[in-house]
Amino acid sequence: MKNLKSKLVLFIILMLFWLLWNNTWDVEIWLYGLVPVLIVIAIFGNTANIFRGVKLTPKGFVYSLYYILYFTWALIKSNIDVMLRVINPKLPIRPGIIKVKTELKSPMARLILANSITLTPGTFIVDIKEEYLYVHWIDVCCEGDPEKPTKLIAEGFENILKNIYE
Amino acid sequence: MSNTVEIILFVAGIIMFLALLLAFIRFIVGPTLVDRTIAFDVLTVGSLGLMALFSFVAERLIYLDVSIIYGLLSFIAVVVVGKYIEKSL
Amino acid sequence: MEYLELIGAIMVLLGAVVLLLAGIGLLRMPDSYNRIQVGTKASTGGVALILLGMALIIPSWFGKLFTILIFVMLTNPISSHVLMRAAHKAGHPMTDKTVVDALKKDEEDQKNKDNGTV
Repeated sequence: MKNLKSKLVLFIILMLFWLLWNNTWDVEIWLYGLVPVLIVIAIFGNTANIFRGVKLTPKGFVYSLYYILYFTWALIKSNIDVMLRVINPKLPIRPGIIKVKTELKSPMARLILANSITLTPGTFIVDIKEEYLYVHWIDVCCEGDPEKPTKLIAEGFENILKNIYE
Repeated sequence: MSNTVEIILFVAGIIMFLALLLAFIRFIVGPTLVDRTIAFDVLTVGSLGLMALFSFVAERLIYLDVSIIYGLLSFIAVVVVGKYIEKSL
Repeated sequence: MEYLELIGAIMVLLGAVVLLLAGIGLLRMPDSYNRIQVGTKASTGGVALILLGMALIIPSWFGKLFTILIFVMLTNPISSHVLMRAAHKAGHPMTDKTVVDALKKDEEDQKNKDNGTV
């Protein structure tokens, strides 16, 4: 049975959503949920390989929780940052598009990294080409130094994601 | 349910309505299609919050099911318009 | 119990204020790219606050509200990203305040290279 890990992760995620959406401890409802979940896995299980890089170990689980906390903090900071910029009468923006290098290979890890960068202070993914992310930054700093933006934008997320994905 | 909570939620509803009104102004004025589409996005995501508030006021859980379908349709709509602008549809 | 409801109501109010700032940002920002930035971030944060506040007010609805929250957080950045990439590919003008545009430069480099080799 190939792709077993992918199917397992898919099963856990779909079942979790079914339980959350129905919001009940009734075992009968869980068994009803098993039918559509298994149908979806039978159809898409072989092609859905976006989870192939995930590490199903206790360490990966702990780092996932840590990532959620880190991301929540970044989201709060981002919203305060946006608020201050919007209500400032002078509108302090210096927008521009810069290049950021990423070392992640797994597609799911890249999706999560891109989504996280989009929701963190002042940065927004415009395009991804091979190993470069093009980031629209609302307040560009340190031009001419290609290393520093990478450090500021992506490194915090990348270091955690490396522990969750291959 | 205390009175204070209801008053705060009422004020929050009014503020959300104002926010949607501002987004709607950008939706009408917005010089290009991209501006209109992002205003549409903010309108739909904001109305998701308004729907959650309304389902609490009406005490009907079923409206939350409506709101998730609404969010799904708005996501697809924005992606389709984006693909159209990119001329790859 | 009372306190939990009060905290939830205040969170809903905060979320509404963040949404209002998204609206103001949409009106104030000079070009489409910055509008997309502010609109996406502020609307996602505002809706997240509102839904979590509602979940504190009515704990038995937590499952559905949390599902909507995850859904919004996953899809909203993606749709905005598609929109922004489309705007950039269609050659949408950027504001005069723009400092640097690495993507455009790289695309032009690529085009020049293709023309040179062919």
